[in-house]
Amino acid sequence: MRMSEFVIREAISANLTAAQKEGVVREMVENLRLAGYFKGNESDDVVKAILKRELLSSTGIGDGVAIPHAKHASVDRLVGAVAIAPGGIPFDSVDGGSVHVLVMLISPLERPSDHLRALEGVSRCLKDKAFVKSLRETTSPQQIWDLICNHDRGTPAV
Amino acid sequence: MTADTLRQTVTITNPQGFHMRPMAAFVEAARLFPGCTVTVTRSGMVPVDGKSMLSLMGLVAVQGAEVLLEVSGPGAGEALSALVHVFHRNFDEE
Repeated sequence: MRMSEFVIREAISANLTAAQKEGVVREMVENLRLAGYFKGNESDDVVKAILKRELLSSTGIGDGVAIPHAKHASVDRLVGAVAIAPGGIPFDSVDGGSVHVLVMLISPLERPSDHLRALEGVSRCLKDKAFVKSLRETTSPQQIWDLICNHDRGTPAV
Repeated sequence: MTADTLRQTVTITNPQGFHMRPMAAFVEAARLFPGCTVTVTRSGMVPVDGKSMLSLMGLVAVQGAEVLLEVSGPGAGEALSALVHVFHRNFDEE
């Protein structure tokens, strides 16, 4: 699944303000809420689900990348948010390094294959070191969205 | 991979497929054997580096998928059984 198929354009941040894991998760979920997702207390519940998953093992996979995620009944299709933390966030990553690129995935409860297909889309983009370098140098959500779309146009759909 | 490469095919039995937590456990186990080369291949696809989370994320191994593990280098036998064990632990739900 291409990143542009699940990343919500209005939930992209080029400059996270939070400096710790919990705050970053809250900020990214809030970006999705402001983009029209979640009602009432659902966004708090999503934050809790993501942090609970982080307790099992960090989704900081190394090389400055984290993929915080959870399943939640409030979404009927997989949605994603992207954020850049220019200064880096401590995230308990496997390599001990701070995180600069975050891709958040919220999946419906019973769609495990969509989650795996989204991970494949993230993998295709983030394995491209030039793409990651460009992503980290962006200064606006529009630039991030353009980078994702340009990268997706250059690779076949799966 | 060389003629000394050890191979084993495993079937993904977990309903969630080969997801991030077992991937992390796999990478952790593979990196305990720094001299070994580890690749994972889903039927019909190109092999991916078993020591890289980003590469494993490209597999899309859903329930029922078969993946081929290939290990070469010093301690390959021990490494292969450790890696197969990651799959046999039957991943927790995520």
